[in-house]
Amino acid sequence: MLDEILTVTFLTGFLAATLRIMTPILIAALGEMFAERAGVLNLGIEGIMIIGSFAGFAGAYFTGSLLLGFVTGALAGALLGLAMGVLSIRLKANQIVAGLGIWILCQGLASFLNRGIFGVVSVRPSVSILPAISLPLLNQVPLLGETLFNQNIVVYLTLLAVPVFTFIFRRTSWGLSIDAVGEEPHAADAAGISVSRVRYIAVTFGGLMAGLGGAYLSLALFGLYTDDLSTGLGWMAIVVVVFGKWRPWWIVGGALIFGAANALQYRLQALDFPLPYQFLLMIPFIVTLVIVVIFGRGQKGPSALAAPYERSEL
Amino acid sequence: MQAYGALVYSAFGSVNGFAETMVKACPLLLAGLGVTVAFRARFWNIGAEGQIYAGGIMAAVVGIYITGLPAVVHLPLTVLAGAVGGALWGLVPGYLKARLKVNEVITTLMLNYVIILLAGYLIHGPMRDRASGITISPQLLQTAWLPTVIPRTRFHAGILLALALAVVVYWLLERTVLGFQIRTVGENERAARVAGVRVGRTIILTMIVSGALAGLAGAAEVAGLQHRLVDEFSPGYGFLAVAVALLGNLHPIGVVFASVLFAALLNGADAMQRAASVPVPVIFVIEGLVIVLVSARFFRQRSG
Amino acid sequence: MQRDAVVVSMEGITKSFGGTTANDDISFCLEAGEIHGLLGENGAGKTTLMNILYGLHRPDSGCILVNQVERNITSPHEAIALGIGMVHQHFMQVPTLTVLDNVILGLRNAREPLLDREGARQRLGELSATYQLDVDPEAYIWQLSVGDRQRVEILKALYRDVSILILDEPTSVLTPQEAEELFAMIRVCVNRGMSVIFITHKLEEAMSITDRVTVLRDGRVVATRVTSETTKAELARLMVGREVLFRLSNDAARSPAGPVALEVERLRAISDRGVLAVRDVSFQVHGGEIVGIAGVDGNGQTELVQALTGLRPVESGRVVVDGVDLTNAAPQRILRQGVGHIPEDFDDALVGAFTLVENLALDLHYTPPFSRWGVLNREVMRQSAQQVIARYDVRTPHERVKARTLSGGNKQKVVIARETSRAIKLLIAAHPTRGLDIGAEEYIRGLLLELRNAGIAILLVSTKLDEILSLCDRILVIEKGRLMGEMARSEADIEKIGLLMAGTGA
Repeated sequence: MLDEILTVTFLTGFLAATLRIMTPILIAALGEMFAERAGVLNLGIEGIMIIGSFAGFAGAYFTGSLLLGFVTGALAGALLGLAMGVLSIRLKANQIVAGLGIWILCQGLASFLNRGIFGVVSVRPSVSILPAISLPLLNQVPLLGETLFNQNIVVYLTLLAVPVFTFIFRRTSWGLSIDAVGEEPHAADAAGISVSRVRYIAVTFGGLMAGLGGAYLSLALFGLYTDDLSTGLGWMAIVVVVFGKWRPWWIVGGALIFGAANALQYRLQALDFPLPYQFLLMIPFIVTLVIVVIFGRGQKGPSALAAPYERSEL
Repeated sequence: MQAYGALVYSAFGSVNGFAETMVKACPLLLAGLGVTVAFRARFWNIGAEGQIYAGGIMAAVVGIYITGLPAVVHLPLTVLAGAVGGALWGLVPGYLKARLKVNEVITTLMLNYVIILLAGYLIHGPMRDRASGITISPQLLQTAWLPTVIPRTRFHAGILLALALAVVVYWLLERTVLGFQIRTVGENERAARVAGVRVGRTIILTMIVSGALAGLAGAAEVAGLQHRLVDEFSPGYGFLAVAVALLGNLHPIGVVFASVLFAALLNGADAMQRAASVPVPVIFVIEGLVIVLVSARFFRQRSG
Repeated sequence: MQRDAVVVSMEGITKSFGGTTANDDISFCLEAGEIHGLLGENGAGKTTLMNILYGLHRPDSGCILVNQVERNITSPHEAIALGIGMVHQHFMQVPTLTVLDNVILGLRNAREPLLDREGARQRLGELSATYQLDVDPEAYIWQLSVGDRQRVEILKALYRDVSILILDEPTSVLTPQEAEELFAMIRVCVNRGMSVIFITHKLEEAMSITDRVTVLRDGRVVATRVTSETTKAELARLMVGREVLFRLSNDAARSPAGPVALEVERLRAISDRGVLAVRDVSFQVHGGEIVGIAGVDGNGQTELVQALTGLRPVESGRVVVDGVDLTNAAPQRILRQGVGHIPEDFDDALVGAFTLVENLALDLHYTPPFSRWGVLNREVMRQSAQQVIARYDVRTPHERVKARTLSGGNKQKVVIARETSRAIKLLIAAHPTRGLDIGAEEYIRGLLLELRNAGIAILLVSTKLDEILSLCDRILVIEKGRLMGEMARSEADIEKIGLLMAGTGA
């Protein structure tokens, strides 16, 4: 058994799978990072990913364009992010409860729409998945090149987004405003920054990213939609943000761990690993638990996280 | 309209309809009470689903494999095993939060996935009834069955237990030291600390109680209804319980009404589907909407 | 600039929050080049009025003219554009950002959205030199002392080219010497053509720094006076609404100091940010004496009190109460050893959603007679609450009202009632009169003296030097987590304590 695992084909396949599966987690986590750094805790990410994967699939299926599919998924996500914004910013709802509500609502909505639009059928409609693009030169790297640098465009774009986001937070007034609003909304307000506007933008962008992450599942990984496409990936994204200390590169590290846990589970299943498949399926969840216990404790996020902003009276 | 008519009729229009509504209300009420206790301490337990499974598994193990006991011993033992299973599964996130400050939303949720998979493994593996063609466990011994209260229906004694526990939970929250501490920790944790309330201990006890109540929901499903451990014996009751608890305004008596309402919706959903072909996931949409609306209505966070 | 040109005129401003009217038909005008004092007690409506001018609140009615033009100021952004800057009592800064980033926060520049930190650094250096406000632009706010943070706040306003500067109780966080420096800086501002509004409740300050004073009481303007034509006594009467303040003195019934009730040895504690906030603090408090800890806010007082009451881990050292070692004991254990604790914010001691009955039983609810076998006895709780409410003169219709509906003074009375009505040997009181009106302040100070005379040991943490000087038998001064000196009250004066608070004395 062990010699089957320690082969080059297994390892390169494992790495490539890790990269593929970490991408939706990374996209969602990077979006959630924006929302949380602005002070909005959006626990509805899992639900938004589910809607994103459905809307993305439906968009691609009916237009025949994967690009339009991704756009639909992102728009659906942005809309739900905006809804979370209205709940947490305007209505000052408890963000934990509101996020849970959005999660459950989205689960039902996606399933409902799926049955309503595609019906209950034996052969699921499908689309062809996003093609891989082999990077010239890099794919010549011995052993790893062919699999690692043979990914779809979204994987490359996501990795490219990481330094861009880092730059936004380090060098632009946008990043400075987001951090100020999440840390000390009173100070940001007094400095002439509109707290609610920044929060709306951040949480809507977070939703958009989660929608994209969801669309990635149906359009780049599976080519079809089922109700259980994202089993917990959104929740893992939330853990990744905490693990990543709300910083882009650290979040990549966190997403890598979760990608690996999921990839390992798939790969071992494919190998007929002598452990009941239920235990293999548990791996990502147990990894999440272990990570959150080790890295999640006493981890201090933005000071104003999950606290609605109100100008103080008197 | 036709759909709603069907819904109301199926829920309350006959003895059997009423019994079926109460059969669905039972796990919702028990788990809803569990969520209520946790939420009153501002412990965001969304692991009721997992705690239901833990309770169901423990009840099934005791009900199937402990033999030779009279019903007066075996039945209480089975029900108690369910409570213990739920309590243990609630204790883990409670302990992690109280002692290591680990976020409970994540832990309770991940533990749901883990135990549901574990239940699947047990049914497919060690606890599988080899005589049956499908993957289910053997039947519980008759001595471990919750008796039927209304003849020729599925109205079992677990429902009465649930109603009684609603009163007990009300008493617990309003009249006991533990309840007072749960509410204090939930309303103002800092004030609780200043006044000498042992916050960590309170959180752990809260989750033992909360988990036990959800565990009882699992035990009632197994010992009162299915009489076996079956795959996905809880179709999301634990999540629905969050909506039930919130709609009941985190008040045990309110939770009774909310659970019956949701049970009627659940039952009615089937009837609605037949009458007007409204698919089942609508219930989740309603559930989510209720939580979202309640979050804005009742749960405005205190500022300052 | 012409001296009597009106730069700001607020006319008929009314503003209410919920049921309470914070500003009631207030008219106020600021002339060019003057320092205008806004004097009043806590809750008189000074800050609300200025928050309206600064665009943080919208008035319910009334209008604002800036340089003779009517303006509708809906946000701080607009106020800044009109040349109005405000230094709040609670600094509007982001602790996790640097001084420089705080200064440029919310500003636009030519390279938007890119930040121009280089240009900003240069400009900040120039301003620092002109106004002698020296701060390191690369330092993080959380690393700075309170005095430095105030300088940053003023620099922020200056950086925005304001011509009208509002200062809200600026000296409350400063040592007396720092306050003098601030006054000098304010005069530099005025000489360079700015106009200043100076909010205060301290008469001496109003007399010494301002050109004119407007007195507010209960949300209304009582009078406006030219400072040189009025007296402290007149201002005091206008502010409080009755004849002159009475001065509490603790000389009357001073019992001899009893046995040691609290002994602290080389105590160390770490702040939330992981910095050593309490450094090797040692002192004793005897029964029947009040020991005061004076100091500027944020010098380790919070952490010291939390370490003593079990709310924060003790890193090293010892805490002994009444001969029992309580180092790192649980709050409940410390409480049961006979320690009362009035935390610095009364909202940290009360549950707003609970009734007074429940709040008053919070500390001992798990013991008889309040409960038996884990079941509460509501009737006993209620009767006990009724007695305590009468004894401590808590103003409330009945004992079943929710704590959150009470005024600040009454909330604090409830806290003190709970923490002193059980048998205690030691009372740790952190800023017990902060934010209260004069009536409640007098009552609570009197109560502390009464308790002292009854033989209880009291540790009083306060930033108010008059409070420390009028109540304490011995005075300790804390600066950067260290005790800088100890003196008997007879040896103490403001000057001496002030130097120690600045870390430069003895």
